[in-house]
Order: sequence, then structure tokens, then C-alpha cells
Amino acid sequence: MSQQRIPAWITVGVIPLANVAMSALAAALVFWYLNINPLDALQAMVYGAFGSSYGWGYTLYYMTSYIFTGLAVAVVFQAGMFNIGGEGQAYIGALGVGLVCLGLGGHVPFIVLLPISIIAAFVFGGLWALIPAWLQAKRGSHIVITTIMFNFIAASLMNYLLINFMKPAGTMSVESAVFDPSSWIPKMHEVLALIGISIDRSPLNLSMFWALFVAFAVWFFLWRTRWGYEVRAMGSNASGAQYGGISIPGTVIMIMIIGGGLAGFMALNVVQGEAHQIKLNLVNQMGFTGIAVALMGRNHPVGIVIASLLFGFLTQGGSELQFEYSVDARIVVVLQGLVILFSGALQNMMKHPIERLYLRLSSNRRKTSEEFAAEA
Amino acid sequence: MELFDSIILILDATLRNATPLIFAALAGMFSERSGIVNIALEGKILISAFAGASAAYYTGSPWMGLLAGIMASVVFAQLHAFATVTHNGDHVVSGLAINILAAGLTAAVGNYWFSQGGNTPNLVSRAEELNARFEPIVFPFAEALSDVPIIGGIYSELLSGHYILVYLAFLAVPLCWFVLFRTRFGLRLRATGENPQAVDTAGISVTQVRYLALLVCGVLAGFAGVYLAVALTAQFSPNMSAGKGYMALAALIFGKWRPKTTMLACLLFGALLAIADRSQGAVILGFEVPVQLVEALPYILTVVLLGGFIGRAIAPKAIGKPYVKERA
Repeated sequence: MSQQRIPAWITVGVIPLANVAMSALAAALVFWYLNINPLDALQAMVYGAFGSSYGWGYTLYYMTSYIFTGLAVAVVFQAGMFNIGGEGQAYIGALGVGLVCLGLGGHVPFIVLLPISIIAAFVFGGLWALIPAWLQAKRGSHIVITTIMFNFIAASLMNYLLINFMKPAGTMSVESAVFDPSSWIPKMHEVLALIGISIDRSPLNLSMFWALFVAFAVWFFLWRTRWGYEVRAMGSNASGAQYGGISIPGTVIMIMIIGGGLAGFMALNVVQGEAHQIKLNLVNQMGFTGIAVALMGRNHPVGIVIASLLFGFLTQGGSELQFEYSVDARIVVVLQGLVILFSGALQNMMKHPIERLYLRLSSNRRKTSEEFAAEA
Repeated sequence: MELFDSIILILDATLRNATPLIFAALAGMFSERSGIVNIALEGKILISAFAGASAAYYTGSPWMGLLAGIMASVVFAQLHAFATVTHNGDHVVSGLAINILAAGLTAAVGNYWFSQGGNTPNLVSRAEELNARFEPIVFPFAEALSDVPIIGGIYSELLSGHYILVYLAFLAVPLCWFVLFRTRFGLRLRATGENPQAVDTAGISVTQVRYLALLVCGVLAGFAGVYLAVALTAQFSPNMSAGKGYMALAALIFGKWRPKTTMLACLLFGALLAIADRSQGAVILGFEVPVQLVEALPYILTVVLLGGFIGRAIAPKAIGKPYVKERA
């Protein structure tokens, strides 16, 4: 296109912001059509998500889940593959967490149980990703399709297990028994109350710190270890990586297990931290939202934390709109869809004009300074 | 005789279940054969079901519903083309965007229009003197023959008495085969999915072929959605497609991207759905097969096929790759 390089602040700053602005514009049109003043709606969303410790609690609670499912997509993307199985991997991860809490809750102290449930979340989620990974690595079946199929298989499997084995006798709703309270991950408002800070009750729990730590660990893994290097090498040029001695099938399987495990961590937040039981459809599309989070966060842990906060805001702020304007709660889904459309599917639409504009402006500037130099 | 009757009932339900799968899988075939991965079938079915039910309710005519459903689905399909072809967007991401957008828009706009939690009003209402649902087509002499053993079951129960869209779905299969494998457009479309460079070199616009392919895809997916909302149930309800788009994609892969085998895969999946609906699990060789396993079988079978354990499913070669013209 041109010899000139596009500086980083355009690629990671201006273009993503322009994409978000486009989705905001489209969202404004939808609101306007639904007879809601877009600016009022925005104000209601910001107030709903950040106006109180209650709002903050929900926003950060959703953020925690999105960090896990976003990282699950991003690590696999770094290897050049698409993991859209987060939905199923998180669901099976919840099975792992649930089994540990149901089996050990009340029998061992929390400090012993927590590491076991963390490992269980990772192992169960990771194992659910293993079969698609193995099929991709050894048999060449496309991982996008197999992970989609595994989402449905996970839903059926969980449905079967809940109805036949986990549902306590005599209850109508399809959910497991409530875990022993000693196995619950403490809520943030309870912990802060201990040191004298009072905030509103919300589902926010200590998993948030685990999410932030895991985001850091993923960064360390990808950019500071040999395996991370191999993953990124495979992502940027698979045949080159293979020529350099990296085992492609091995890397595929390793990164998919990590991705599945990260998705499984979501269960710590949702199941062990909030619901305290395994419920039907507990993942509730958050695995899919993880894809949007990874896209917006440009597959980098720092970006993912920021994007997760944005999606936490959308989820919590959007659900406030429901009370404010009696609009359907699924308006949140529209907002998410628009963000995926403009930041993901149509990301090149804004990219090329902005790059061209930058090049024209910068070459003009150079010309003027050259003219100045000539005059002097 | 009882066994015969229940087999007829299951086959009857199979045809009903397979219809939206066939339309959607054929829609996916046009898109994927031209090189565009289509995980957006779900969203296209959903948006056309909503538009179809709404238009049928307002006009009182199922045919207007069909028209509106097809138009809505085509708009989404062209948006899909705009993202994947014009802007070289990722096919999977574009598909997801369409699915999520359709799920949200149908519920939010539906609630705004009808204030029934995202549902449309029922299309058959005596109070409003409304009957905007497709009527079943009863074959001649079906009444008279219904008591004749065997023939009555097959003719009157199984073949007669379906909605017109059911028959159209089975007519669409040879029609799509003809278009894809016996016309110039079909040849160009398949070539675009295999080797877009060659198509471009021959002076044919890859962009145009792919836009047209997605146009046909939108029309066919529209039939699937309208069938769900205006024929099978006389109402739209949020997320009523319930994974049918993904199952159709599975059937397309299971049928190895060919019309006849894809139709057979749709019938197989339709039969599995019918069995899962009817029973609390089947007993096979003394083993009780859980109903959830029957439900998951279409996906399991597709994974097994993709693993190359039963035959081989080979996708169009250029699928999922944006085509960028070399710059001079």
C-alpha cells in the first residue's frame, strides 16, 4: 500500500475507538427506533453500571466471567485457531467445580478445597477441549465446527447428568443441590465488611482477583516462556514454526487444553462464587461473548481486561435499561452483537480509510516542512 | 399394527423436523460451496421467523409472511456478504455477529411492537378473526383411504396433510442440485469455492458470485425461518430456532456438501429429533438409551465423520479465506 508504517497508536488506539464509535452510533439508531433517547439511555447505563457500589459489584462480577472466557478465546487465537467452544468448556468446568464442592464441601476446610476446585475447573474445561484439539491436530477436522458441536454435546450431557444424577430427589427444577456454605468463595461485600468497609450486596466475589492474576499469568506464559513463544510462532506462520522444530500437533493440543481450562475457570465465579449450585444453562452465552471480548482486546491480556470491563458495563448497564424504560432485557444482546459486528466482522471498514487519512495527513505535513526548508 | 402406527407417526414427525433443516442446509450449501463459512444460518432463520410471523400477523396472509421473512433473511445475508466479501472480515466472527444480532433484535423489537415478552401474537385467533398460518395440504382421497390398512397410513398420514413448505423443501433439493451442478452459475459458484484465483483469471467477478451465492442462501434460509414461525407453530417466540441453524450446518457437513446426501442427513437428524421428542429414551438391546444422547447424536455423528472415522468430509478448498486480488 505504502512504504510508510502506520504507528501503533493508530492501530491499537484510533481504529478500535472508531469501531466502538460505529457500534455506538448503530446502537443509538436502535434506541431511537425503540423510542428511547440514546443519550438518556447511555446515562441510565452508566449510572446503572457505575453509579453505586451495587452497580459496580455487578459490573465487576460480569467482568470476571468475561476475562476468563475472553482469555480462553485469545490464547487459542494466538496460535492462529478459533476456539468457539468456550460455552461448552465453561459448562463442563462447572461440572468439575460442582463435583468438588458437593463431594468435599463441609468435609475439608475452604483453604484446602479452593485449590482443588480451581484445578478441577481447569482440568474439566481442558479435557472438554482435548477431543476437538486432538481431532484438529491428528485428523485435520476443523476446530471451529468441532467446538460448535461440542457445545451442543456438553449441553445434552449436562442436561442428562443434572436430571439423572445431580438433581436432589423431590425437587422440580433442574439443578444440583446447594453446596455446603463452607465451600463458597467469599463475596466481596463480606470480605470488605470484615475490615470495616461497607458496600452493597452483589454477586462480586474474590474470583475477580484470580481473574486478574490469570490474565497476568497468560501474558507471562505467552510472552515470557518457550511454550508461549511456540504458540505465537505457530500463530504467525505455522509452516515456518514447524520448520523451526516446533511440533504443531503438540502445540495445538497444549493451547486448546489451556484455552478450555481458562473457560472452565468461569465456573469459579458463577458457580462457586455466586449460584452455589449447578444450574441448567448457567453459562448463558458468556462463552460466545468471550469471542467479542478477545476481538476487542486484540487477544492481549491487558486489552481483554479492558474489553471485559466494557462488556461488564454493557451487561449490567443494559439490564438497568429494562427497569428504566421497560425495554426488553435482551437489548444487551443487540449491543453485544453490534460490537462484534463493527469491531470484528467489519473491522477493516474503518481501518483502511483511517490509515489512508493518516498517510495523507502525514505526507502533507512532511511536504510543508520540506517547503519550509527550501524557503530557508 | 400398533408398531406400524408408531413408525408412521415417527416418520411423519421426521418430515416435519427435517423441513427447516433441509432449507437451511441448502442455504448453507450455496454459501459454503462459494467459499463462505456459514455459521450464520441460525441468525438468518431467526430473523426470517420473526419477520415472517410479524408480517403474517399484520397482513393476515401467510404468503406475505413468507415474502417478508425471505426479505429479512436476504438483508442479513447481504450484510454477511458485505462483511466477508467487501471488507474481507473473518467468516466465523461475521457469522457470530449475525447470530447474536438476530437473537437480540428479534426479542427487543418484538417486545416493542407487541409487548408480549418478545413473542408475536398468535397467528390463529378466533377473537380477531385471524388465520394467518399456512394450511396443511390434504391430498385427494386422503380422507377416504385413511382406514385402508398400510396404504392409509402411508398415504393419508405420512404423505398427505403437510404444509406446502414441507413439499417445497423436498422439491428444492433436486432444484438446488440442478442449479449447482448443471448451470453455468452453479459451476462458477463451485469454482469460486475451490479456486477463486482461477475464476478471477477467467474474467468472472469473485465478489459478484459470492454476493449472489449469499442472496440465494438468504432466500432459502428465509423459507426455513418462516416454516418454523408461520407453519409449524403459529407464533414467533424468542430464540425459537433453538440451534436448528447449527444442526443444519452439521447436516451439510454430514452430507459432504452434496444435495442428496445432505437431504438424507437432514432426514436422519429429523428422525433423531422425532424419537427424542416422543420418548423418554429408547430401549435398545436391553440398554436404556437416554433421550439426551439421542438429542446429541447429530452432533456426535458429525464430529465422528469429521474425524474421518466414517468416510471423509472434504470441505470446499477455498472456504473461509477472503479473496484479495493481487495488486498490479
